[in-house]
Amino acid sequence: MEYKKPLPIPNEDSRPFFDGCKEHVTLLQKCEECGTIRFPPSNMCPSCLSEKFTLEKMSGEGTIYSFVIANQALRPGWKDDIPFVPALVELKEKVRVFTNIVDCNPSDVAIGKPVKAVFDDVTDDITLLKFKLA
Amino acid sequence: MKDEFAIVGIGETEFGTVSGVSTQGFHLLAIKAALADSGLDKSVVDGFIAQNPYQEAIFIQSLSIAEAMGIQPRYTADLNIGGATPVSMVLQAAAVIKAGLANVVVCSFGENARSGRKNKYHGRLNMGYEDFEIPYGSGAPVGYALAARRHMHEYGTTSKQLGAIAVAQRKHALINPGSQMFEPMTIEDHQNSPAILDPFRLLDCCLVSDGGGAVIVTSAERAKTLRQPPVYIMGIGSFHPHRSIMNAPTLTTCGAKISGQIAYRMAGITPKDIDFAELYDCFTYTVLVQIEDYGFCKKGEGGPFVETGRIEIGGELPVNTHGGLLSQAYMDGMFHITEAVKQLRGQCGERQVGNANIGLVSGNGGHLSTHATLILRR
Repeated sequence: MEYKKPLPIPNEDSRPFFDGCKEHVTLLQKCEECGTIRFPPSNMCPSCLSEKFTLEKMSGEGTIYSFVIANQALRPGWKDDIPFVPALVELKEKVRVFTNIVDCNPSDVAIGKPVKAVFDDVTDDITLLKFKLA
Repeated sequence: MKDEFAIVGIGETEFGTVSGVSTQGFHLLAIKAALADSGLDKSVVDGFIAQNPYQEAIFIQSLSIAEAMGIQPRYTADLNIGGATPVSMVLQAAAVIKAGLANVVVCSFGENARSGRKNKYHGRLNMGYEDFEIPYGSGAPVGYALAARRHMHEYGTTSKQLGAIAVAQRKHALINPGSQMFEPMTIEDHQNSPAILDPFRLLDCCLVSDGGGAVIVTSAERAKTLRQPPVYIMGIGSFHPHRSIMNAPTLTTCGAKISGQIAYRMAGITPKDIDFAELYDCFTYTVLVQIEDYGFCKKGEGGPFVETGRIEIGGELPVNTHGGLLSQAYMDGMFHITEAVKQLRGQCGERQVGNANIGLVSGNGGHLSTHATLILRR
């Protein structure tokens, strides 16, 4: 079935993250010099400007920082998904990611609830990082 | 900087659903109107700052506008930092004149956002959300709705309190000729509007519009010789906490706190001295958080502050006397500046705020990402 929603376009900075998603792991950049973990991906540490980093596998655990319940599709691709839940999840590693909370009743979602990463293989090339209630 | 520069001309085009006018066409019409308003001849304009459109980024848009007006400017610059652009263009104009790079600077906004939706474009502006947010169903309202829910969680703010903002601004739009929204709105109407992006309802969200606006900035000395009463720039400030909402240190305080402090300090005033405020209002929540951050009330108390008519014309702090992006038209904050100028000139008719001596104008862009403040006086 054709995937109708807009897709990310991996680039020099983000390709390792998206490759990780395809392998169902969350790989974030960790600065080799000061240890800061950053997102979205960049070739430079926002804290100390070092260009040296490693790719760290995240625990996949986090809590809901905020969320909204979309009862209307902002774009045509989401017509069949409403209601769905865009959210900000704060990972255990203290980085926030924009995502969706899936596999639940939207009325069960609340700020502070623990969540676990799940991976949505939306196309052959792209997998999206989403979360479900833990 | 304080009181060294003034806004001497304002222009507003027809707005709402206006077909047959291109994005650049709106810029030109707005600038022509601002020139007529100021009494200046186009031959004295030597600086152009233009808001680059959202729908299709245009190379050196400001210079394209100058060329279309038969002018060779000394200063030309394009800017798009979201809804903070109009205020930031005025800040930049003052800095440019101070630096001796130009003497008379035109700042313009224009877009056929409504009628142009079906146009074919050569390219699209990359908004920066495409890789990590839009695939999850994000869009402009989502960032603000996330922030509003966090504010409700931290301070107990309610949907009805957001509704009070929508209701107040609708009242103002109803006495502002040409406003896109012309039906009265009660709190019940707000609460009955669909929860399109819970906690936001339809009536928490701004309009989509065609139209344009422009202002002309020059020195205070020159302003005193022109046909309109000068509106002096008392204070300016800007502060930008993040670009991506994922990196917002907080969702319940925005850039207004610091951009406001900088502007207040330059102006030598406190929040008590502000007679009215035209606050960028892409969503009701944006107004509420800025009211707190500008020091009109304590952090977390924005809800109770707006509930009792304080922000209506005639109240303690009239907000968005033109109806704003929520009820007049989406001119991305340019009409917040032109309305403030009209208030300070005493040209607002039924909307006139009594004793309007000092007004505050804000611009906010992205997802509470960019922020700029302008304090104006007569």
